[in-house]
Amino acid sequence: MKLKQLSLFLENRPGQLRGPCETLGKAGIDLLTMTLADTAQFGILRFIVADPERAKKALEAEGMVVSTTEVVPIQVDNRPGGLAAVLASIEEAGLGVEYMYDFAARVTPDKAVIIFRFEDPDRALAALKSAGVRILTSEELLGE
Amino acid sequence: MSTWNDPPGGFHPVSMPDYLPRKQLAAIQLQRLQSVVTRAFVRVPLFRSRMEERKLTPASIGSLSDIAKLPFTVKADLRDTYPFGLFASPMEEIVRLHASSGTTGKPIVVAYTQADLDVWTEVMVRSFAACGLHRGDVIQNAYGYGLFTGGLGAHYGAEALGATVIPISGGNTERQLMVMADFGVTALCCTPSYFLHLLESAKEMRIDFSRLRVGVFGAEPWSDSMRDRIQQESGIRAHDIYGLSEIIGPGVGVECSHQHGLHVFEDHFYPEIIDPETGDVLPDGAEGELVLTTLSKQAMPMIRYRTRDVTSIMAEPCECGRTLRRIRRIGRRSDDMFIIRGVNVFPSQVETALLRVEGTLPHYHIVLTREKGLDQMEVKVEVTPEVFSDEIRKLEALQHQLEASIENILGLRVKVTLVQPRSLARSEGKAKRVTDQRNV
Repeated sequence: MKLKQLSLFLENRPGQLRGPCETLGKAGIDLLTMTLADTAQFGILRFIVADPERAKKALEAEGMVVSTTEVVPIQVDNRPGGLAAVLASIEEAGLGVEYMYDFAARVTPDKAVIIFRFEDPDRALAALKSAGVRILTSEELLGE
Repeated sequence: MSTWNDPPGGFHPVSMPDYLPRKQLAAIQLQRLQSVVTRAFVRVPLFRSRMEERKLTPASIGSLSDIAKLPFTVKADLRDTYPFGLFASPMEEIVRLHASSGTTGKPIVVAYTQADLDVWTEVMVRSFAACGLHRGDVIQNAYGYGLFTGGLGAHYGAEALGATVIPISGGNTERQLMVMADFGVTALCCTPSYFLHLLESAKEMRIDFSRLRVGVFGAEPWSDSMRDRIQQESGIRAHDIYGLSEIIGPGVGVECSHQHGLHVFEDHFYPEIIDPETGDVLPDGAEGELVLTTLSKQAMPMIRYRTRDVTSIMAEPCECGRTLRRIRRIGRRSDDMFIIRGVNVFPSQVETALLRVEGTLPHYHIVLTREKGLDQMEVKVEVTPEVFSDEIRKLEALQHQLEASIENILGLRVKVTLVQPRSLARSEGKAKRVTDQRNV
């Protein structure tokens, strides 16, 4: 299953992170996981919430620029070498990874979830399924 | 009952002088020039002494080209004679005073007799008519009312045109948009930068202003590319209007439906282009500083006033049929110019460069600093939803594209910083584009 991730433009100066987080808080939206990519000048906050549409609207109402990106949540064994095994499958399928990060809210104790952004999510999904990599559904992940 | 300016294509009789044969216009201009020079000579000591220094009398003006003999008037003259030193009418005849906000020290005071106000109203009616407005239009006047000439100038012109005026003045964006939608506004007067702000807010608030047809935008320089962007995004016709308090206020010149240069109401304001260094008069078509002489003003005649605005005169006939010569859109004021590493830069050049990059809205601010003795120019540009990408390399590519576009136009390497939307201050009047932090 592909998952909708939201991305937010932030200037690289103190206090920039607080605004969007407060906006989501006021709207009662829980951040399930997030990661911050930054350069010397600006940053991009990437995050996943249960209701991306509502989160996007709330942030845009505050004048923020938000974009939606499709990412793939992959289950990884929570043991040494677990991620390497998945990455081997990704490499064998010839898929390009743009970026990846950990899904903070654990689903089960012995499994971890890594969020992958692929150049071509649809091709990645098909290739990984046939390689036997376990891809989570949004219901499993978001607890719906 | 049908009247002369009923839509569509109505013609307002007050616009008659727009179409005068050039010869006839020149005769009127000469007669008025002689009379205004006489008035200033007799009534304004500063002007008289400058004439006498040059051994000139009003009789020295035998032809229109003799205007080049006359001394210039500059902004400092208005400051030096603050508040009433250049008045040519006694207070009993003066019915209105306006003042411009002086960025340094005292403001500049300008005066009007009733006849002056009538002329002002007349040129504003002619301006609105040239923008295609007429009786039945609902004009929202978002120029500031008060000492600034924009508000009242547009107000009386719109009323005399026969349109419905909403004297909303500047500011309070939400109310502006509510009125625009609820009152069926067809035309809007404000600065172009404030219109961009309104446009942005309207999108956010999902306000429909599809009845808006015409924008009469002025009081600050803006570029052709900015106009294209405004027209594309809003679907309205955006007309440039030009004026300055020292001369009369808005209504010195305006763009007609062809939107190619601004017709100057030459029967009241005589335009010249000079070389700003030497003061020599330049021929039509050459770029230089615009100098204006008020041909019919009573309370405060301005003889050869140096506007600091850079433009050229377009003498070729306009397709609209007006015989009035045009000036090229003023994208540059000598006052706005700054020098960085020896290069003269106008904010409008930066604006043009930014607009060349797809998807960028012209919300920008220029910051000048000096680091280790070297001037640095930073251009802050707001990120729009159209250009925002989840990938860092795409945003960096955008940054480099903007830098390259500016370098292309200015020949200067500058730093572009992407900033959050709406983080740059929005102005409700004239936009402030540059912050100079160099301690020169």
